[in-house]
Amino acid sequence: MLDTDAFDLRKYLSRNPQSVAVWVALVALILFGLLRYDNFGGAYNITSFLNYNSMFIVISVGMCFVIMTGGIDLSVGSVAAFTSVIAAYLSPYGIEIALPGAVLAGIGFGAFNAFCIIAMRIPPFIATLATMLGAKGGALVISGAQTISVDWGSNFTKMGMEKALNILPWSIVVVGVVVVLLWFVLEKTTLGRTVLAIGGGADASVLMGLKVNRATAFVYMLSGGCAGLAGVILASGFGAGQPLEGIGWELSAIASVVVGGTLLTGGLGSVTATVAGALLLGLVFNILNFENGRGTISFSAYWQMVIRGVFLFAVILFQARVMSGRTERKVRT
Amino acid sequence: MSTQDTGLRSDGAKACAWGPFLRANGGLVALAVILIFNILVTPNFVQMQTLFVNISQVATIAIVAMGMTLVIATGGIDLSVGAIMALSGALAPLIFLSEFGQAYPALGIAAAIVVPLIAAIACGLFNGILVANLKVQPIIATLILFISGRGIAQVLTNGNLQTFSNPTFSYLGTGKVLGLPFQGWLALVIAAVLFWVMTRTTFGRYVLAIGGNERAAELSGGPVKRVKIGVYMICGVLSGLAGLIVVAINSASDAARNGNLMELDAIAAAVVGGALLQGGRAPIFGAILGAVIIQLVKYTLLANGVEDEVALIAKALIILAAVYVQQARKE
Repeated sequence: MLDTDAFDLRKYLSRNPQSVAVWVALVALILFGLLRYDNFGGAYNITSFLNYNSMFIVISVGMCFVIMTGGIDLSVGSVAAFTSVIAAYLSPYGIEIALPGAVLAGIGFGAFNAFCIIAMRIPPFIATLATMLGAKGGALVISGAQTISVDWGSNFTKMGMEKALNILPWSIVVVGVVVVLLWFVLEKTTLGRTVLAIGGGADASVLMGLKVNRATAFVYMLSGGCAGLAGVILASGFGAGQPLEGIGWELSAIASVVVGGTLLTGGLGSVTATVAGALLLGLVFNILNFENGRGTISFSAYWQMVIRGVFLFAVILFQARVMSGRTERKVRT
Repeated sequence: MSTQDTGLRSDGAKACAWGPFLRANGGLVALAVILIFNILVTPNFVQMQTLFVNISQVATIAIVAMGMTLVIATGGIDLSVGAIMALSGALAPLIFLSEFGQAYPALGIAAAIVVPLIAAIACGLFNGILVANLKVQPIIATLILFISGRGIAQVLTNGNLQTFSNPTFSYLGTGKVLGLPFQGWLALVIAAVLFWVMTRTTFGRYVLAIGGNERAAELSGGPVKRVKIGVYMICGVLSGLAGLIVVAINSASDAARNGNLMELDAIAAAVVGGALLQGGRAPIFGAILGAVIIQLVKYTLLANGVEDEVALIAKALIILAAVYVQQARKE
C-alpha cells in the first residue's frame, strides 16, 4: 500500500483494484454533468458543491482511518452536531478559539471511544453507538434543543462563508490541508503503517511489537477531531450550532469509505479514494438537482436516497467481484 | 458461564460473591431495580394504565429485537430494520385505501397485511443474499436498505402523511385481548415460536453453530448460506410486522418517522438481553427483557420530568454497562 516511487497511474490502479470503481464512476459522472448541464462546471456550482461536501469529506477521511484498523465509528454525526453547538457558543471569541475548542471537544469524544474500546474491551460498534446516543443527548442538553445562533460580529462565519484569496472557501482550504496531512500520515509514517497492520491482524501486530493501543487511540481521536472540524464548518457555514443535524452522517461516511474501496475488515485503504468516494456520493445529489432544474423530469428529494442506495449496491457488487478474483489469484500463486 | 473473577477490574462496588450472580442475571436485577424505583418514586406507577401504555409501546421494540437477536446470533447485524418498518408501514394504507381495498374491504385488509410482509421478507432476502452469497459484511449489506428503504417508502407516499380511519386494521395496534394490548400477546406468541425454533429445530442449532464458528459449521456440511438468508428474512418479516403495528397504533403512516432509530433500540435491546455481538447466543426472551428495560428507563425518566435528551444519555450508559458486564462474563 505504500508507494514510495513517483505517482504512476497504472501502478496505482494495479495495486488498488478495489479503488478503480470509484475513480471510473467519478470521472464518468463529472463528464456526464459537464456535457449535459451548462452551469455544472461553473465556479458557483463547484465552490458551493465543495463547500457543502467538505464536512462529509473530512468525516469520511477520519472514518477511513478507523475502518482501516478494522473498527467503526458510529458517533461522528452526533459529535459533529455537539461540536457545532460548542463552536457556536465559542464564536464570539473568534475562529481562533472556536475552531480549536470544538475540535478538542470532538477529540474528547474520540478519547472516550478509545477508552471504552481499549481499556473496557467493548466492541467498537457498541462503544461508538453509545457515544452517538450520548453526544446527541449532550448536544440537545447544552443547547436546550434549540439551534444556537453564532456571533455574526466576529470572524467566525468567515470560515464557512468567505473565500481565501477570493478563490476557494476557507472550509475547503482547511479540509484540503487536513486531507493532505492525513494522506502523508497514512502513506509515509510508522503510525500509518501500524494502522494498516492492526487491520491486517491485531494480534500479529501486538506480537510484532507495534504500538497497537496507541495507534487505535489515535484513529478514534482523529475521527472525533475530524467530526469536530465538520461541526465547526457546519456552524460557520449555516450561521448556527445545530444540535439536530448529523443524523445519518456516520452511514454516509461509511458509505464513502466503502465506495472508495477501503475494506471494512481493515488492513487496506486509501485517503484519496475515500475523498473520491465522498465526492461521488455528493455528486449524485448535485446531478439530481441539475436534472430537476432542467424541468424535464422531477425527482423528489426522496429519490436521492434511493439512488444513493443503488449506487452503493453497484459499487459493493463490483468490489465483491474484484476482491473474490484477487483472493483466488493469491491462492494460486 | 465462567465464574472466575480474575481479570475483572471495576466490579469494586459489588462484593465478590455477588459478582457472578449479577453477571448471570444482570438484566433481571436491573429490571427489579427499575421497578422498585418506580413503585417508590414515580407517581401513579402501580396502575393498569401504566402497564397498558408500556406494553403497547414495548411490543414493537421487542418484536424487532427478537429478529435482531437471531441475526446477531449468526455474528451479523441488521441496520435496515427501521427502513423496512417504514416501507411496510407505507404500503399498508396505500393498499387498503386504494380503489381495490375500498371495493373489497376484507380482501383489502388481508392484502394490506400480507403484501407489506412479503415486501419485508423480500428485503430480508436481499440482505441475506448479499451477506451469505456475496460475502458482503452485514453492516454494509444492510446499510444499502437502511439508506434507500426509507427513500422508497417516501417515494411511494410522496413523503405525505397518510391518515386513515380503519378499525379493522387498527386492531393490530389498539386491540385488546384479556384487557391487555393485542401486540403484546403477539410478541409473546412470536417469542414462544422463535424459542421453539431455536431450541428444538436443526435450523436453530445451525444459527448458533454459524455464530460459534462459521467455518466449522460449513465444513461439517451445514446449510450455512440458507440458514443465514433465513435469519435475515425472519428479521425482515418481524420488522415489517412492527411497522404495521406502529401504523395501526397511530392510525397514520409517516414514512419519515416510522421506525426511525429502531435499529439502535433493537440492537440495544438484544445486547442488554444477553446477545453476544460475536454470535453464538440467541436469548429470545432476553431480547424481550432488554426491550422492557429500555422502554421502562425511557418511561421512568419521562414520568419523572427528565427531558428526552437526557434519556438518550441514560440509554447510552445502559448499553455500555450491559456490554461491559457481558464482556467480563466471556473472559
